Amino acid sequence: MAGIVISGVRKRFGDVQVLRDVSLSVAPGEFVALVGPSGCGKTTLMRIVAGIERHDAGSLDIGGRQVGGLRAADRDVAMVFQSYALYPHLTVAENIAVPLTMRRLSSWQRLPLLGRFWPGARATRAGIAADAAAAADSLGLGAMLGRRPAQLSGGQRQRVALARAIVRSPKAFLMDEPLSNLDAALRVQTRREIVDIHRRVGATTLYVTHDQSEALTMADRVAVMQAGQILQVDTPERIYADPADLRVATFIGSPRINTLPAEIRADGMVMVAGLAMGLRAEGAAGEATLALRPEDLRPDPAGTLPVVTEHLEFLGECTLLHARHAGLGTALTLRLPPGATAAQGPFRLGFSAPRALVFGADGRRRAVRVLEAAHV
Amino acid sequence: MSEAVARARPTFVPRGEGWAGWMLCLPAVLSYLLLLLLPTLAAVLLAFTDYELGAPGLAWIGLGNFQELLDDRGFRISLRNTLIYVGIVAPVSIAGALALALLIEAATRGRALFRAVFFLPMVSLPVAMATAWQYLLHPTIGPLNAALAQLGIAGPAWLTSSDTVLLSLAFIGIWEAIGFNLVLFLAGLTAIPRELHQAAEVDGVKSAWERFRLVTWPLLGPTTLFVVTITMIRSVRVFDSVAVLTQGGPNRASEVLLYTMYTEGFTFFRLGYSAAITLVFLIIVLGLMLLQTRVLDKRVHYG
Amino acid sequence: MAEPRANPWPCALRLAFLALLGLLFLMPYIWMISASLKPLDEIFRASLNLLPETGGTLRNYARVFENVPVLTYLWNGVVVCAGILFFQLLFAVPAGYALAKLHFPGRDWLFGLVMLGLLVPYHVPALPLYVGFSWLGLLNTYTALITPSIISVFAIFLFRQFFKALPDELIHAARIDGMNELSIVWRVILPNALPAATAFAIFSVVAHWNDLFWPLIVVTGAERATPALGVLTFRSEEAGDDFGALMAASVIMTAPLVLAFLFAQRRFVEGIATTGLKG
Ligand SMILES: Nc1ncnc2c1ncn2[C@@H]1O[C@H](COP(=O)(O)OP(=O)(O)OP(=O)(O)O)[C@@H](O)[C@H]1O
Ligand SMILES: [Mg+2]
Repeated sequence: MAGIVISGVRKRFGDVQVLRDVSLSVAPGEFVALVGPSGCGKTTLMRIVAGIERHDAGSLDIGGRQVGGLRAADRDVAMVFQSYALYPHLTVAENIAVPLTMRRLSSWQRLPLLGRFWPGARATRAGIAADAAAAADSLGLGAMLGRRPAQLSGGQRQRVALARAIVRSPKAFLMDEPLSNLDAALRVQTRREIVDIHRRVGATTLYVTHDQSEALTMADRVAVMQAGQILQVDTPERIYADPADLRVATFIGSPRINTLPAEIRADGMVMVAGLAMGLRAEGAAGEATLALRPEDLRPDPAGTLPVVTEHLEFLGECTLLHARHAGLGTALTLRLPPGATAAQGPFRLGFSAPRALVFGADGRRRAVRVLEAAHV
Repeated sequence: MSEAVARARPTFVPRGEGWAGWMLCLPAVLSYLLLLLLPTLAAVLLAFTDYELGAPGLAWIGLGNFQELLDDRGFRISLRNTLIYVGIVAPVSIAGALALALLIEAATRGRALFRAVFFLPMVSLPVAMATAWQYLLHPTIGPLNAALAQLGIAGPAWLTSSDTVLLSLAFIGIWEAIGFNLVLFLAGLTAIPRELHQAAEVDGVKSAWERFRLVTWPLLGPTTLFVVTITMIRSVRVFDSVAVLTQGGPNRASEVLLYTMYTEGFTFFRLGYSAAITLVFLIIVLGLMLLQTRVLDKRVHYG
Repeated sequence: MAEPRANPWPCALRLAFLALLGLLFLMPYIWMISASLKPLDEIFRASLNLLPETGGTLRNYARVFENVPVLTYLWNGVVVCAGILFFQLLFAVPAGYALAKLHFPGRDWLFGLVMLGLLVPYHVPALPLYVGFSWLGLLNTYTALITPSIISVFAIFLFRQFFKALPDELIHAARIDGMNELSIVWRVILPNALPAATAFAIFSVVAHWNDLFWPLIVVTGAERATPALGVLTFRSEEAGDDFGALMAASVIMTAPLVLAFLFAQRRFVEGIATTGLKG
């Protein structure tokens, strides 16, 4: 078991700077999910770790060894590709066995025809076949060892790709959106399976996805990436409740977090549309953003946010209330219990002050203190 | 009744569609019958007659022509030469084109230029290029032998000695065929998903040879099969270079199937006999196609 | 492959090797052009100088134009290729469309015929066709040169595969707009068939411009000779060992297609590759 330490990695394609100074470490045995919008450079980073792509600057360390100069075959990591990349001409058993064949047999023993008769080849091959079958069994592929990838369903192919990764014990697993080609039901099921495998094998895993719910449910820690930069790496709970950056706050969470233009006065008071929010921010005065999760808002006659109802959206387990700030015109979304009805016309919203998030003009999080008297 | 309904539904035919279909096909169908099917059948029938152009009549002689073919030393030489020619041109031009394709595909620099260079013979008038080869290989004034002379080697009379003529023709055949095969292989190579090569690297493949064995060669299977078949069929049809350069000579050393058929039919006007040779040619071509579809196809498609 | 270090061929070696091989490949062209510019006595000295010592001469080309109806040959080539292509498209595009998109009794049977036709090399019907044309007194005519090739089962097959891939909605929409089948072919299918038609046109023109077999059978004399036949007759009748003039004639006859290729390289290669792979 080995950790991955990525530090200061940069990469450009032509004149597009795809990765700018990316640093990330995955502890031994840890499951880290890398999320970010499409095109932000997740795949590129993963391929650089795997050794398929070369980085322009920075260093890579896997299991305490600098691997920047090593080729993919020598890095001893396993990768699950988004398209699975199974060898179409090989059976399931043969596909799973490839990484073992390449590592355990000498190049003489791999020769076509002749290789079979090379000393030791027979015993090694038997061992490889047994290990491949065991890996297949652990993923419920035991009955399909003789089939070709074309004869498998999407979910089964996906599991063959997983089996090919776990069959040897690599220093780390790299998975690039392994579930994105599956339908919704299968995705949830396979999500569980991958978590189970991780628990069982305990392998260091870097998992790329653009689906935040996947990241939040599966990972020990989540790294949020945007435009070639990692914005924050933290536990799922803290990424959600305690984002360090406005972009993290808006990317994570569905429905999206509510943002209101605010101002920090010289005395630190946070004001929205001229009203004090009962929060005092540290640091310099100036423009700011107040961000509130939909579930932290509630109708409150004594609240500080005057709004007008727009419409209700019934989702089953809850109801979303879409409203608009009376003064600013900013849209606000509330999560209400399923039976809730909304007052027509203008009313006021309050929020749970300890969970309110304030971001400075640069998008960085500002520490705030909640004032005792809620309405000043 | 329910069966009729079930059958009628999927092939719902709008009014007039049947008529339109036949009308649109009509010119093609008529010319097909008149210019392809009928003459082909006639050629097959002709092979069993003693028809000669200008002769008053013809008689059905059954397998007589084929009997004669078996005894005809000229035909046997012609068949043997054709097989030797194919046996040289096909393997060399296929292996050469594959090697070239891998080499060209290995990096981006000069890709389009080299592809164009090797493809050039495909679009060059074969008759004209054959005359260029004739000059190049000329025993006394040809640059090749002049160059060999500089090295102290007395070059042979490439196209006029029965020892070397077939080899020289095969060399020209390879030169003509390699560009076409190259283009097909390049198309096949670009169709291989890049991720497979990358997966192979992550799986521990280190050498170019191993990568070729694990990914490139198996995935190129359908392309290779197609290239093998079409190259053989194209080289069985060798005619132009023989007609221009050697006329089958010297002493029948470069007599090939189509050229023999041409001389029997259009020089000696023995059409029945010539048709019998055509039939042999057709059977060889059909056999090659059968080999492709029936035997080999199953082994290279992984569906 | 993405990693430069994994590349087994150091770049320079690859380029050098390919360049050398490419040069060898071009030898016939290089010497053909070189000899076409040399006076005869220099050719016979068999020197290895590529450049003519006397600074080159166009006399060979002049001799070719004086003694050989070069322009007639080229013109015949154009007429034959254009005529063949015109009829091939005229017959194959509607048939391909009908076989791909229309349902009519006998369709599968017709398609079977097309597949059958693909198996037969054009050399096979040549004998009876020759007898037919000679019986009709049509030897030495454009008709004899063009007619046997106007039906191309390969073209029908190619267009059928191509149209099969077009969405049915395209045709349904046209029907709803009130077009009849002929105007659908003309206004909807034809514009959409352009990529396939270009590919096929390149394939067809290359094949027939270069063909020697059939012209050799039905044409005697210069009047209707195609470029391929022209070079052959010039070689055997007039030039003999006059390699300078022979090379000049070869250059002239090869030039049109080669120039077209150099100008539209991508199209040519793609055209031949797609038609080749389907064929
Ligand atoms: N080989 C390449 N050449 C040029 N640009 C590239 C290459 N590979 C990726 N890019 C660019 O780099 C950027 C990041 O790509 P990357 O594949 O890493 O995104 P991603 O985060 O994985 O997106 P997705 O979620 O859609 O998979 C994109 O803008 C892409 O266009
Ligand atoms: Mg990606």
